[in-house]
Amino acid sequence: MNPDLYLVLAAILFTVGLVGFIIRRNALILFMSTELMLNAANLVLVSSSWVQGKLDGQVAAFFVMVVAAAEVVVGLSLIVTIFRARRSTSVDSESLLKG
Amino acid sequence: MLTLETLVPTVASGSFVWAWLLIALPLGSAALLLVAGKAANAWGHWLAVLAPLASFALALVYFIDLLGRPTAERSVRDQVYSWITTGGWDFSLALQLDPLSLLFLLLVTGVGSLIHIYSLGYMAHDPNRRRFFAYLNLFIAAMLILVLADDYLVLFVGWEGVGLASYLLISFWQERPSAAAAGKKAFIVNRVGDLGLLLAIFTCLAMFGSTKFTVVNAGVGQVSSGWAAFLGFMLLLAACGKSAQVPLQTWLLDAMEGPTPVSALIHAATMVTAGVYLVVRSGAVYAQAPSAQLAVAIVGTVTLLVGAWIGCAKDDIKKVLAGSTMSQIGYMMLAAGIGPAGYAFAIFHLLTHGFFKANMFLGAGSIMHATDGDVDMRHYGGLAKVMRITFVTFAAGYLAIIGLPFFSGAYSKDHIIEAAWEQQPVLGALALLGAGVTAFYMTRLMLMTFFGHKRWREGVKPHESPAVMWGPLVLLALGSAGLGMVLNGWIGRWLEPIGAEAPAHASWLPDFSNWLSFAVLGVVAVGVVIAWLVFGRRPVPDQPPQQVSPLTTIGRHDLYVDQAYVSGIAGGTYALGNGLARFDDRGLDKAVDGLGLGAQGAGWLARRWQNGYVRSYGLTMLIGLLAVGVVLILTQLV
Repeated sequence: MNPDLYLVLAAILFTVGLVGFIIRRNALILFMSTELMLNAANLVLVSSSWVQGKLDGQVAAFFVMVVAAAEVVVGLSLIVTIFRARRSTSVDSESLLKG
Repeated sequence: MLTLETLVPTVASGSFVWAWLLIALPLGSAALLLVAGKAANAWGHWLAVLAPLASFALALVYFIDLLGRPTAERSVRDQVYSWITTGGWDFSLALQLDPLSLLFLLLVTGVGSLIHIYSLGYMAHDPNRRRFFAYLNLFIAAMLILVLADDYLVLFVGWEGVGLASYLLISFWQERPSAAAAGKKAFIVNRVGDLGLLLAIFTCLAMFGSTKFTVVNAGVGQVSSGWAAFLGFMLLLAACGKSAQVPLQTWLLDAMEGPTPVSALIHAATMVTAGVYLVVRSGAVYAQAPSAQLAVAIVGTVTLLVGAWIGCAKDDIKKVLAGSTMSQIGYMMLAAGIGPAGYAFAIFHLLTHGFFKANMFLGAGSIMHATDGDVDMRHYGGLAKVMRITFVTFAAGYLAIIGLPFFSGAYSKDHIIEAAWEQQPVLGALALLGAGVTAFYMTRLMLMTFFGHKRWREGVKPHESPAVMWGPLVLLALGSAGLGMVLNGWIGRWLEPIGAEAPAHASWLPDFSNWLSFAVLGVVAVGVVIAWLVFGRRPVPDQPPQQVSPLTTIGRHDLYVDQAYVSGIAGGTYALGNGLARFDDRGLDKAVDGLGLGAQGAGWLARRWQNGYVRSYGLTMLIGLLAVGVVLILTQLV
């Protein structure tokens, strides 16, 4: 199997995540887009690990997953709190902290 | 003759180990009064009177002890504690009781106690009486440190202490702007003199490694004459500041803003004579520096004439007495500038002056007490009948200062004029002239105050002061009258151990073996007669006459020295200060403002980036990411 296809898939996934992050306003969608980008990076790590026959990439992927899990905990609780306070998850309405 | 070098101080023993109490009692009383606050209002002044009295009693014990010893053992050094030890320097706080300091001790505590008692009456109704007495005690303590020190550095502590007490007491009525200004003036002018003393101390440390009198006296013979002269001139500068000698005399006239007992104690009897003490104490330095010694004599002569001149022109009774104080201290400086032959006379005149001038100042205070604080002699007149005790005691002081035979001033002043005549005939002749002028202005004061028709203001009813005030006056008057007779035959021999030469004539009778004594009497008589012709025979005008000779005008304006200092010395400082203020205003301030504005603008620009929209932050991150990627790819290609 051509390992390039994995990279192409990862690039597509990353681009979908990136575009979603930039154009969508719902905080939950932004969150999902972020996860998509992280997992695209994970796919690159794991596939290159497989190609090179070394475990380094897979170990790095585990780290990314752990960080992503921690991020989800903090991020989701923030979003829930904001939703309770403002009845909305639109990130554009949360621009009060601007300089 | 015993000289300073041979008089080795003995270590204190017996009652002398308690000598520190002399200083500690008034100092402790001052501290207690200041710390206790209003709680001490009721009894504070009694404690303050007891403290100098106790010191006086202790001083008497020491005096009698020293009197009973052989001449060579009349110096006791009482080590109190080791103050500073650093490197090769070792300063200890030690008290030196020798014939010279003992005389000062008795004068300061004796006259000081009388003035404390007088103040009980004079300050009875002042709301800040406790503070006044605390400062008076502080002054006594500082003055005792000054005269008991055996080291220039310890002396300097007392020197600054009396300066502080003087400042606090001149501006005691601080609600008056003139009093506050006078206090500042005294303090600042004294700083100039202090600079001299500090430079002298530094010189001593550099040359001899110590500031002890004994070390300096022994060492000054070994250094070059240039350094000895420098030391002498710096000590003279210090003496000029403290003793209000030309050219630093201007503060003394303004110092009369203080309460009258202060003028009597600090600005007549004791503190202002500290300069004379310093010069006499440093006799060994001046023995090596003839030029500095001559300068002392010249400064003294100039001041005695300047002071007398000002005294002739003033209508304010306290300012006349202040001018006269300058003049009499000028006599003392002249005597001190003559050298060992004059030291005994300088101290002799200092003691008699301490009595008769304190007497007259307190008399002036008594008159002010009776006339609701009026000091203008043109508002007095005819007071002799209503204030008999004040009049009689004041008259004793008057006769003493003009030098009537058998009164104390006659002995001491005659000696000075004679000694000056022998050494420096020109200075002697000027001192003789000064005696005549003294007689003139003092007679003028007497005639304007006690005789003539009444020129009292509306509602003023002069009356005799209470006994607590005239009691000290009587004692001081007795001193003014009799001290000369008592001391004349004795003081020269007593002061021999500190380097003075005993005078040839030493009996209780006035000396008329010399034609000069008759000349002095004649000049004095002329002065009295002229004053009587001008002020006694004719009625004294109620308002100061405007058509007066230039001499009077110049005298009324203190010889325009203040104006000269303000435009000459202070003017440059003002200009410099104004220039700096303008530079600060227009240069530094603007530069600092510009920096602030720049930071604000930069902040405004940076703030625009933070718009609060997540997607714009995301875009920024994307752009950054792309930029990093491009850079990485480009560097890979190269």
